[in-house]
Amino acid sequence: MKRSSAGTFQDFYSLLQSVHQIPRVDVLLGYTDVHGDLLPINNDDNYHKALSSANPLLRVIIQKKAESDAGVFASNSLQRKKKGLLRPAHYRAKPHLLIGMPQDFRQISSIIDVDILPETHRRVRLHKHGSDKPMGFYIRDGVSVRVAPQGVEKVPGIFISRLVKGGLAESTGLLAVSDEILEVNGIDVAGKSLDQVTDMMVANSHNLIITVKPANQRNNVIRSSKASGSSGVSTDSTPSQQTPSPASQYLSNYSTAESDEEGDLVIESDGAPHYGPVGCPNGGPADGPLPPSLSPHSSQGSLQSLGSHDGSPGRGSVREDGTLLTL
Amino acid sequence: MRRFLRPGHDPVRERLKRELFQFNKTVEHGFPHQPSALGYSPFLHLMAIGTRSGAIKLYGAPGVEFVGLHEENNTVMQIHFIPDQCQLVTLLDDNSLHLWSLKQHSGASELWEDHRFTLKGPPGSPPSAAQITAVLPHSSREVLYLGTESGNIFVVELPSFGVLEDRTITSEAVLRWIPEDYCNRRSCELVEALQEHPKNPDQILIGYSRGLIVLWDRQNNKVTHHFLGSQQLENLSWQRDGSKFISCHYDGSYTQWPVSNDNRQSLPLENLVPYEPMWDIHNGLPYIIFQGGMPRASYGDRHSISVIHGSQQIAFDFTSRVIDFFIIFSSEPTAEFDDPSAMVVLAEEELIVIDLKSAGWPAVHPPYLASLHCSAITCSHHVSNIPLKLWERIISAGSKQNVHFSNMPWPIDGGTNIAPDPPQRDLLLTGHEDGTVRFWDASGVCLHLLYKLSTVRVFLTDADPNDNMNTMGEDEWPPLRKVGTFDPYSDDPRLGIQKIYLCKYSGYLAVAGTAGQVLVMELNDEGAEHVVDHVEADLLQDQEGYRWKGHEKLKTRDGPVQFEAGFQPFVLVQCQPPAVVTSLALHSEWKLVAFGTSHGFGLFDHQQKRLVFVKCTLHPSDQLALEGPLSRVKSLKKSLRQSFRRIRRSRVSSRKRRGGANGKFDQGILQEMELAPVQRKIEARSAEDSFTGFVRTLYFADTFLRDSSRHCPSLWAGTNGGTVYAFCLRVPPAERRMDEPVRAEQAKEIQLMHRAPVVSILVLDGRNIPLPEPLEVAHDLSKSPDMQGSHQLLVVSEEQFKVFTLPKVSSKLKLKLTALEGCRVRKVMVANFGSCKTDDYNENDLAVLTNLGDIQIISLPFLKLQIRYPCIRKEDVSGIASCVFTKYGQGFYLISPSEFERFSLSTKWLVEPRCVVDVPEVSSNNHTHSRSVMENASRKSSQCLFSVTFPFPGVQEEVQVTMEKMVSKNYCTQYSMMTCKFFKYCSNMERCYFLLKKRESKKRN
Repeated sequence: MKRSSAGTFQDFYSLLQSVHQIPRVDVLLGYTDVHGDLLPINNDDNYHKALSSANPLLRVIIQKKAESDAGVFASNSLQRKKKGLLRPAHYRAKPHLLIGMPQDFRQISSIIDVDILPETHRRVRLHKHGSDKPMGFYIRDGVSVRVAPQGVEKVPGIFISRLVKGGLAESTGLLAVSDEILEVNGIDVAGKSLDQVTDMMVANSHNLIITVKPANQRNNVIRSSKASGSSGVSTDSTPSQQTPSPASQYLSNYSTAESDEEGDLVIESDGAPHYGPVGCPNGGPADGPLPPSLSPHSSQGSLQSLGSHDGSPGRGSVREDGTLLTL
Repeated sequence: MRRFLRPGHDPVRERLKRELFQFNKTVEHGFPHQPSALGYSPFLHLMAIGTRSGAIKLYGAPGVEFVGLHEENNTVMQIHFIPDQCQLVTLLDDNSLHLWSLKQHSGASELWEDHRFTLKGPPGSPPSAAQITAVLPHSSREVLYLGTESGNIFVVELPSFGVLEDRTITSEAVLRWIPEDYCNRRSCELVEALQEHPKNPDQILIGYSRGLIVLWDRQNNKVTHHFLGSQQLENLSWQRDGSKFISCHYDGSYTQWPVSNDNRQSLPLENLVPYEPMWDIHNGLPYIIFQGGMPRASYGDRHSISVIHGSQQIAFDFTSRVIDFFIIFSSEPTAEFDDPSAMVVLAEEELIVIDLKSAGWPAVHPPYLASLHCSAITCSHHVSNIPLKLWERIISAGSKQNVHFSNMPWPIDGGTNIAPDPPQRDLLLTGHEDGTVRFWDASGVCLHLLYKLSTVRVFLTDADPNDNMNTMGEDEWPPLRKVGTFDPYSDDPRLGIQKIYLCKYSGYLAVAGTAGQVLVMELNDEGAEHVVDHVEADLLQDQEGYRWKGHEKLKTRDGPVQFEAGFQPFVLVQCQPPAVVTSLALHSEWKLVAFGTSHGFGLFDHQQKRLVFVKCTLHPSDQLALEGPLSRVKSLKKSLRQSFRRIRRSRVSSRKRRGGANGKFDQGILQEMELAPVQRKIEARSAEDSFTGFVRTLYFADTFLRDSSRHCPSLWAGTNGGTVYAFCLRVPPAERRMDEPVRAEQAKEIQLMHRAPVVSILVLDGRNIPLPEPLEVAHDLSKSPDMQGSHQLLVVSEEQFKVFTLPKVSSKLKLKLTALEGCRVRKVMVANFGSCKTDDYNENDLAVLTNLGDIQIISLPFLKLQIRYPCIRKEDVSGIASCVFTKYGQGFYLISPSEFERFSLSTKWLVEPRCVVDVPEVSSNNHTHSRSVMENASRKSSQCLFSVTFPFPGVQEEVQVTMEKMVSKNYCTQYSMMTCKFFKYCSNMERCYFLLKKRESKKRN
């Protein structure tokens, strides 16, 4: 196989099937990258990435789809790196839990902007649209201790006061009681009242991004070149990510990107009202990293790099983007 | 790249913004909340009112107003004008004195605080030693005498408030002149009253609370006379010639004392009690005015001031506690007699002026200080630029209601209003809890009642409206007469007005209330008797199995009802279930009225008197909306009033007990709060939330709803759950209007994804101008809307502003206010802003009030934030809820139950007081001097007052005889304490004599 005439993933897949004479068996493809991580090959992009990393040979691992379990990709994925640290007991207790492919999941949360935030902070995105679960958390006023030039000073802050069992916030494992809330969708909450922050969160509830300072600082992501290289997030970053200013990115998001994210339901004529499901139940296939050229939003910065990629193509485009539904 | 340009950096636009927008709080309308002190300057003809929150407000001729605020926000205890000056001194309850003065600045007078001062006692003395109890501004204008709790009287210089220690009148110095058998350590405790001798400024009358009264000579520092009273003293008042004074006492008695040169220790002339059931009327002409005096057992809950003049006697029965009162004398300095013309009474909730010159002593209609809250305000509606014709008709209807008022010109007429005439006629309509709508002239600085409309007549209430409380159960004696309009006790809360819509061109008025009632009215210049058509609108329609647990609907009157001239209802629509009407719209051209409640909305054709359609907006799971508020209506007028009275009476006695219980309770609450801190749930809104069906806004528009080629009348409704319904209407042409029915069909339903409550709906025409009001074009007052270009729909929710194209409702633009700032839209209105530089430029913007009390101006149609001003405190929920914007960038909100603050966002439309107070020339020392004495006598605010005026010589003896008779009945202990005022006529003869004497004394010096 010539490297120059690699073709598409689909071509490669059918080639493999014909070579191995397994034309009707669904298989999963994987390869090991330079760091020794086992990574999937399931679309054009990671296929090309795999090819480019072949040195000199590409070791392809073929596995029947039904056999794939947690032991395959998840153990080395970004999810594993973060969640595994947070909830290792869970994973050990159920090692044979069947976990489907990323396209079978809907994403409910993610940690974003690891590369631009201080290590003590965590920016969490909650995808309400992909979930039927209630958001499920409460916030309260509290006192935050800051280190100022004059010494330690106490300032009012907003904290998570309670997580509802089984709610979205709890199920992510990324938020905990007593975490201090620093930003809501890129806007600093300093100086804002509890009610103001509540309103901001509710107004953004379809796509809530909160930056917290976790009360438990032991589970922070340790940033190193290796970790960031394997995260699959920052390696794809465009130059614009190097000097990010969250606020300005968000301002531009509000004017452009988000306007198509949230569509209102319009019912023409006097037919029966139709209250369709709010979001597409399927998270969409594009969990893997996409090159910037394919993403409509990637130029707006890293905030979008993971989140929007999953969101925009994944949802029912008729309802979400077209705005109009004529009955 | 454009998105990286920061908005708002266009220098041309920035300059234009400065020419268009400017935020000012301009004037406070209505009656000051919790007044605590009253002062009057007969010299300036200005009245001053102090409040418990530390404000002082000065009022003169209509339009002449000044406001000052003490930084301390403490209760104003006393107000004293400095004689013959544009200055006044206030005493606060933190014992601080403040000197204010009116200064002219760029052509208009302004009120400034010059100095403040807190009296300090000698080192080591208790703080009470310097607690000021009495203030006397001396007629020399140089010093203030300050009586204190310790009994010492300090003298301070004006305006510096420097203490002149060598002139302090200590109690020891006074006691040296008192006979030893009377002397005791406590006899000089607490100075109760200080009065300057009316003729001799060097003599000061000092009254101590134990009853001792001395006349102090400030030149020689000695007591010239002493008067050994035995009763606890309340106040002192000189007779005008200085030959007598009156002391009044806690036990309800008062005593006259003669002041003669030969006798240094006078005995009382007489000791009297003023009120008794068998009043023996003498044929005299004095004015006797006193507060209280009613036997406590039967009339202890009344707030009365009695005026007796010859055979006339009236006990004015006020609606709230009397703070203080003063008398205005119309006599010129050259006039032969004092001639009281008006009595001004400051009660806790209203200002009453009684005309003492006209027969029957009618009240004077006040041009300002109106009691907005005579029944609690439930809603307000502002209409700008009223056509002259409608204005005159409303005034004429109002004048028929005001026949019982005196036509005396307003007696407090100091200062000159130099503000330009208001540019247009504006009406502010307030809806009240008792089912009335009041029409206020809001064009200028003085908010003035034009007309009052009552909707009560349409309904059958427990108490018949003709049944007059005053005639029932009242004896002929005492001759009580109810004055004032303050009446906070609603007979039936269901009558409350919730929404008002007035069409200024047609004179149609729609009014909706608490029990789902919607009345459509027409202006009629004559009184008429007619039947009000009655239609019921079942908003639940086919929704079965619900039970309304709220109040019942109002019962209507059968048969014709008599209506007075003014707005007369001709149609009544009652929503079923009878929930509060939450939105209302009237289209006077199409003759349609739309109304909405928490259950749905309906459209009514008031021409054919037919219900066009109803739409239920209720979500099936919303139980709360169905059950309604838990209100149990007990509407027995009398029992309600009585129970309120009982509560008021028992409040004082129970305060102590409750205080103890509260202490424990508070601790419990505190502990609870620590256990469960305040927390807020973060949850996306869902269709299942409560009150999603609540109809928040209704809007009529002639626009392109179905296709872009044909426009048609439409009705838009927005709900609490973020749904917008659009109905296409077919209104028959005028010639067949009565024959063909109005048809409506639902054309669109928009569910906003963020599900926030829809606050307002608006359609912009092809030139991005909001569609004109109904009939506005027909009256040539607006350009006809552009029907060629494409229309746009603006939906304002609590969280977002969103522009959609029409007819294909697709999102075009939006401003996500809440996501960005964490504030929500509470009120929004299109306002027209004109440039202050060029006459021909004006633009339409949105004026927005948020839940944080900020006011923002947002441009149309691009939804760019122009400017933001903090206006109302965010904790002031009722202030934010009461805010109304005008069409020209002004607004009103309630700063207390009784006061509207007026503000302006426009550089062009600004209504604010601008006035000048000139210092009148001092015409006669004697005249002004005696006035200042009168002013001081009226100081005692909380206790009863007694005032006697003798306009003619020789009458005094008669009064004395009368009073002596009363004393023999010995009612002393039953009567409330009183303060006396005593004025004697002052003839020219006497004045000449006085001037001569004064000249002599000067020569001697």
